Amino acid sequence: MITAPPPVKVTKNYLNEKTGLKSWLLTSDHKRIAVLYLIVVTAFFALGGVFAGLIRLELATPAGDLFESNTYNKVFTMHGILMVFFFLIPSIPATLGNFLIPMMIGAKDLAFPRINLLSWYIYMTGGVFTLYVLLTGGVDTGWTFYTPFSSSYSNGYVVAAGLGIFINGFSAILTGLNFIVTIHRMRAPGLTWFRLPLFVWAHYATSAIMILGTPVIAVTLFLLVLERGLHIGFFDPAYGGDPVLFQHLFWFYSHPAVYIMILPSMGVISEVISTFSSKKPFGYTFIAFSSIAIAVFGFLVWGHHLFVAGQSIYAGLVFSVLSYVVAIPSAIKVFNWAATMYKGQVRMETPMLYAIGFIGLFTVGGLTGIVLASLGMDVHLTDTYFVIAHFHYVMVGGALLGYMSGLHFWWPKMFGRMYSDVWSKVSAVLVFAGFNLTFFPQFLLGYMGMPRRYHVYPPEFQVFNVLSSAGASVLGVGLLLPAIYLTWSLKYGELAPPNPWGATGLEWQTQSPPISENFEVTPVVTTEAYDYSTVQEVVHIG
Amino acid sequence: MTMEPRSFQLFPDSASNFAPSVDGLYTYMVVISAFFSLLVAFLIVFFAIKYRKRPGQGVPAPINDHSIGSMILEIAWSVIPLGLSLVMFAWGASIMFTESRPPKDSLNIYVTGKRWMWKIQHLEGAREINELHVPVNRDIRLTMTSEDVIHDFYVPAFRTKADVLPGRYTTEWFRPTKVGDYHIFCAEYCGTKHSGMIGWVHVMTAEDYDKWLAQGSGEGSMAEEGESLFRQLGCANCHVKDGHGRAPNLYGAFGMKVDLADGSSVRFDEAYTRESILYPQAKIVAGYDRIMPTFHGLISDEGMLKLIEYIKSLGDPNGTIQEKDLQSEPSNIQKTGTMMPDQSEMPKAPAAKTPAAPRAAASTTPTGTQQ
Repeated sequence: MITAPPPVKVTKNYLNEKTGLKSWLLTSDHKRIAVLYLIVVTAFFALGGVFAGLIRLELATPAGDLFESNTYNKVFTMHGILMVFFFLIPSIPATLGNFLIPMMIGAKDLAFPRINLLSWYIYMTGGVFTLYVLLTGGVDTGWTFYTPFSSSYSNGYVVAAGLGIFINGFSAILTGLNFIVTIHRMRAPGLTWFRLPLFVWAHYATSAIMILGTPVIAVTLFLLVLERGLHIGFFDPAYGGDPVLFQHLFWFYSHPAVYIMILPSMGVISEVISTFSSKKPFGYTFIAFSSIAIAVFGFLVWGHHLFVAGQSIYAGLVFSVLSYVVAIPSAIKVFNWAATMYKGQVRMETPMLYAIGFIGLFTVGGLTGIVLASLGMDVHLTDTYFVIAHFHYVMVGGALLGYMSGLHFWWPKMFGRMYSDVWSKVSAVLVFAGFNLTFFPQFLLGYMGMPRRYHVYPPEFQVFNVLSSAGASVLGVGLLLPAIYLTWSLKYGELAPPNPWGATGLEWQTQSPPISENFEVTPVVTTEAYDYSTVQEVVHIG
Repeated sequence: MTMEPRSFQLFPDSASNFAPSVDGLYTYMVVISAFFSLLVAFLIVFFAIKYRKRPGQGVPAPINDHSIGSMILEIAWSVIPLGLSLVMFAWGASIMFTESRPPKDSLNIYVTGKRWMWKIQHLEGAREINELHVPVNRDIRLTMTSEDVIHDFYVPAFRTKADVLPGRYTTEWFRPTKVGDYHIFCAEYCGTKHSGMIGWVHVMTAEDYDKWLAQGSGEGSMAEEGESLFRQLGCANCHVKDGHGRAPNLYGAFGMKVDLADGSSVRFDEAYTRESILYPQAKIVAGYDRIMPTFHGLISDEGMLKLIEYIKSLGDPNGTIQEKDLQSEPSNIQKTGTMMPDQSEMPKAPAAKTPAAPRAAASTTPTGTQQ
């Protein structure tokens, strides 16, 4: 909290204008829907986190002494399904994106407010299926559902789990559709494409992937359900199918889905680095177009998951070289973020700490991704803990830290309260340290050859596993803290001014929390984006 | 087994021809990655300190073109990383090209994955479960299939792995360079006891390996067992070798091109053999009728491998038997005693339609299992 103005009275806003459960469950206000998502997404994250903790507890010793193998397999499967489909994919778009995109472009709401509410209900329906799977006995296929194990051999609730993800996918499709139409049609007067915040550019690219990619996973899981339920042969050779076909279809969606998870985070980081350096993002257009480039090239690299799966080596060559190409836009972003701080006025507030943590971890995640993109290297490393470490550096170090950064950045805007400065910084440091202790040893384990999804492992791997489990407990504490101080702030936090961080962007030019209509008067944009020379006045008005 | 638990190793044992090159590439990539990670970390920490907001600092300057973008920098930090990473691409690709091409004179060993064990079968007849004995400094080629789900045969000390698929044959090769015992892991998740689907490769000196082989299993070689299966299933009734049977002659057929009734052609390999036995109607050899029944459900995956090995033994898969060898009986057939009953009518002429025909029977047609 840099500027702590004298206490302001709580004014009329979107949170208190209407009350009662019904006013929430039937709302079409994008901000309230964002809050609904926030609650459920957090619950799924907590559940997924419990499973992560159980995995690390089991792996602290080489023997399988906590669970039976079947149980362990169900635990890591639920961890993956919950985290990927019910946390990472909706996390930023459905909460921060939902809340902020209309505000950033000076609109009253998304283009289709009721469809927005519908996507939340679809998401909830998918979630109910998944909870049903969890409560009735679980599923043991891994989140990747590889055939013919999933279609013909698994004893778990594959059909229900597949349907849960199938249904959930439509929520992402509708959200993406809503964002694209909104960004095209509802920008305030004067808000040209190149005056848009980079957060909006990132969400535009994300939405395109959601619309184009999600139907493919829906179809794929539907085929899986048909094969499992009706023995129609698509994937199982026993019915005349091809098991590798499933992998192609699955990764045709699931690789771009990685960009659904990371692009919104990159959008957050662009905003946060710029704000806390009080400087326009270095290379604005390069950052903007790199998001688009990632969305396009992201669709052309799925085969790098299949280098040892029986795919032709010539296909492998193409997918390998394209994987290097898709890494370049991410490198461009990282260098531009660093350069943004050059000659800025850098302030180390909590969102900035999380953002810097993001850059560090995402850089390692990206670089180890290009290690895996190398054919001869991948033969040794694929399906080992090296891959686990790599994608957790991207998904947790990247996507989750970006989400935490954004949540801390816009929390005062969303709820009109400031949170504990000290505790939030402690949390950022603990998360960074705990994360590295958890996942860095896994790179070493992977090169040593420890395969993923192993319930029991040879004793020579124990040292790194113990380090990893110790790190997980630090990470767990680091992530538990925000749940406490953020909840605490809702009631006891200092009231937030409209623009506590000295940020540009239209969302900071209205009160915190905003009124239901967002703005008293539709704003007119006359300046370039990120012009901090005009901002300080706004801060002092607060 | 015999491995001592060791802690704080950063590299697994280096025990194959691939291990040094993979470790070299890895070292290059780790150095590059460490350089860029530290560069970014240094820049961020340095800027965060040097440009920290100081008390009393005024309003930020208006947008200044010099510090918000630079085409030269953008090009530099796109092109330099791309160049460095294309080296990784080319290096990695060259390693994989080597890995994907087993040398012609490799020692063939068959691997069948089954939840949750590895069944290994040596040509000479020895069979093992979850253990693989191989001689050092000899190219080993594994031909692998699965009886159920997808598995993956992974030996970290050899730095190589390949998925093992049901209904298909995949190969993996390596040349062990160090005597010792090394882990085999299943690296593709296969259900409950996935982490129990492990075993050991025992790399032995050539003499030890020969001794080990000599102990034998008391069973016949794979080709011999394949031959008796061939008779039991009645294959020999039609697939006679004089070329006048109702089915194509199989002598010298393996590895050759087969002309099909629809005008296309196919290579006579493991996958084609399997398909022709299980789904005989899928590909019909030119000049033959659709009369072969399916053997789907009648032959186990291991039985299939034996049949394949038997058919291979009727002619060399790697084409090492060229026309100059046509007059002589391949030594492996003599050794294993795999003789057809009508041996007296052995080849007089090479097959007419088969290019570079091996010492084939008096067949006038290309080869195939299809009738």
